[in-house]
Amino acid sequence: MASSGFAKLVKRFDYQKYSSFLALVVLFVVSALLSPYFTRPGNMVNILSQVSYTGMIALGMAFVIITGGIDLSVGSLVAFDSLVGVMAMNYAMGPIHSELLAVITGILAALVLGVVTGWLNGMAITLGKIAPFIVTLGTMAIFRSLALFIGNAGEIQSQSTIYGTFGLVNVLWLPVPVWVMLLLAFILDVVLNRTRYGRYLCAVGSNARVATFSAINVDRVKVIAYTITGALVAISSILLSSRFNAVSTSNTGMGYELDAIAAVIVGGTPFTGGRGTVWGTIVGAIILGIINNMLNLLGVSAYLQGTVKGLVIIGAVYIQRQRA
Amino acid sequence: MSEILLETRGISKDFSSVYVLRDIDIQVVRGEILGIIGENGAGKSTLMKILSGIHTATAGEILFEGTPVQIHGPLDAKRLGISLIPQEFNLISQLTVYDNVFLGSELRLGNGLLDKKTMMARTRELLSELRVDIKPDERIEKLSTAQKQMVEICKAVSINAKLLIMDEPTTVLTQFEIDILFRLMRRLRDQGATIIYISHKLKEVKTICDRVTILRDGSVIATEPVASVTITDMAQRMVGRALNQVFPQKGTPTADVVLEVQDLTIPGVIDHVSFQLHRGEIVGLAGLVGAGRTEVAEAILGVRRAVQGRILVNGKAVEISRPVDAVANAISYLSEDRQGSGILVGFSVIKNISLVSLASYCRYVLRLILRQKERASAEAHARRFNIKAPSLDTRLEFLSGGNQQKVSLAKSIDTRPAVLIADEPTRGVDVSAKQEIYRLISGLAAEGLACLFISSEQEEVIGMCHRVLVMKQGRVMGSLEGGRITEEEIMFLATGIREGVA
Repeated sequence: MASSGFAKLVKRFDYQKYSSFLALVVLFVVSALLSPYFTRPGNMVNILSQVSYTGMIALGMAFVIITGGIDLSVGSLVAFDSLVGVMAMNYAMGPIHSELLAVITGILAALVLGVVTGWLNGMAITLGKIAPFIVTLGTMAIFRSLALFIGNAGEIQSQSTIYGTFGLVNVLWLPVPVWVMLLLAFILDVVLNRTRYGRYLCAVGSNARVATFSAINVDRVKVIAYTITGALVAISSILLSSRFNAVSTSNTGMGYELDAIAAVIVGGTPFTGGRGTVWGTIVGAIILGIINNMLNLLGVSAYLQGTVKGLVIIGAVYIQRQRA
Repeated sequence: MSEILLETRGISKDFSSVYVLRDIDIQVVRGEILGIIGENGAGKSTLMKILSGIHTATAGEILFEGTPVQIHGPLDAKRLGISLIPQEFNLISQLTVYDNVFLGSELRLGNGLLDKKTMMARTRELLSELRVDIKPDERIEKLSTAQKQMVEICKAVSINAKLLIMDEPTTVLTQFEIDILFRLMRRLRDQGATIIYISHKLKEVKTICDRVTILRDGSVIATEPVASVTITDMAQRMVGRALNQVFPQKGTPTADVVLEVQDLTIPGVIDHVSFQLHRGEIVGLAGLVGAGRTEVAEAILGVRRAVQGRILVNGKAVEISRPVDAVANAISYLSEDRQGSGILVGFSVIKNISLVSLASYCRYVLRLILRQKERASAEAHARRFNIKAPSLDTRLEFLSGGNQQKVSLAKSIDTRPAVLIADEPTRGVDVSAKQEIYRLISGLAAEGLACLFISSEQEEVIGMCHRVLVMKQGRVMGSLEGGRITEEEIMFLATGIREGVA
């Protein structure tokens, strides 16, 4: 029964912290071997830019999951939020003669809506004492339906020429959304690890009763997490609608909740809450991006990508369970 | 008839290369009650979890009725006839007594449906055999703690357990209930059952056990017939050194009133409770389980809403509707339910200690946490409190109960409170940690802290407190001071035999 030195080393290694990074490295090497096209800079940038929209939403999702909650409404909110932003901008183009001001109006409208809807999710969960799953399942339906209703279930084009630019341009070889995602990750990593709020977030998620007795305002901590998620969804929505310079009420943001939750879980944040990782979440998003990319490169049907994603999520949770 | 039922040879267990058990050799004789004692972290519970299949030993072998056996899960243990009654009961509270007794070994009719009638009848039989007055179709949630324990025992007996393991069964019981339990244990033994009784209450071990095995730091120190060792002897060998004066010298409280509670009332729970706490004073709150002591604490902390009454801190009326407000008014709480509302087991020592006081470790610019300052403070507490942990970054789940409790206390006083409400501060804590906690609370009082000391252990109330308030059914029945603080007086007031002056 004596365990070898290597086994001990393997045992002591902090998987929780680095396993997602390790998985990324392995996946990268395997992908590079499987397809020569994979490592081309163009492809790399492509992967990053594809994951950036759900990646930044996943950062908020990580906070929510750390509190022990979930937010299913993010995908629908992307549609609703982009639509309101673009429509506000289009309306503003009339009375306001500066196009730039109109664009700013649209962006502000989207931001405000994101924050308010996130806050409402949080309030319904804390004040109403309704399970997060139920509240956000409800708002998921509500946001999508409102988007379809306001946009007549169609596609709304932006009337601005400026709006369609900033989501596309590259700064220092990388598209703006990628930089935004990285900047947000940097900020939220500091918030999670270096501030009181981050500490409270983990405390609330590990044991809400202990947190209450420790003079932590549990409800406020939760509401802020959902509000942050709403704000991040808004930022993602703005960048996404800028990229297409249009919003499709039925397709925009479809399945984003799945991508965001998957990124968080694959990144190493346990679904039970209490702790989590911001950079791990980014890594999780990139892992999912690489998998999708490889499936494309290898010519696997796009319809099968959902199957792979589903298996990866279930597998990631299974591995976490084994470690606990 | 000293036939050996169970024997372990060289059992060792490590968790991520930290040894909790080393070369354990014990022998359990058929038909005896074997006491296993040791401080928290000595390895008692781990050893029992190995015997009942919850953990697997890293090395060593187990012989049951003379043959080597492998116990890889609770099911294996059950098949052998080993049954563990854990500290936290394994009962499903929405189900009835008989459902629980037959959980996992349900009787079925020919058509595959449950044979409720027979199960109920069998349960009734078992309960009457144990002379326990519980209805077999009662839901578990309606039972008292003591009754739940009886159901656990009934469950163990129902599978004809040859070996019953009881892990700290009396922690949550009143003296009256303990007597019933002991009578039951003796009866079971006389019927041929073998019992392992784990405890750190030495008086009880002395009363009920035939032999006692002493564990310290994961090793067996000695096994003796109970008749040939004294309680002091057991305590010293458990701790590994001589125990001096248990309680520290009482200090002298000042005349300044720090906390005043006036007429605090929650209908049906607490009834017009009023008292004063002075600077440097330790006031005991005694009474039987359910007398409303914890409820008074929760009302002061704002966890429960009082419908009537005022709370004054330093002479000024304060509004407390949440624990946040209590902390803001320099009132701190040490919870009776350590893991339920005291500490975060997934957090490190440092992060637990600073949880309530985190604001004082934040930089003015950007409000970032100053980790060095936080660590330095935790180090100071760890030294003063003698917290034993591999490192301050170790998560609390890897610490023993006594060390967890010390962290919990450090966390409560890190806000520099004027008032500490210590609710069962030594529950589930071993002798030497207890002593340290007494010394710490007494030291804090000497520095001016006012302490409301809630405890079910009369010895410590008597040993620690300047004044004792005795509660019964939500009311303060009387206040005892100085030499009048005796076990008899407390009992008289707590049971309502005598009414005192509040």
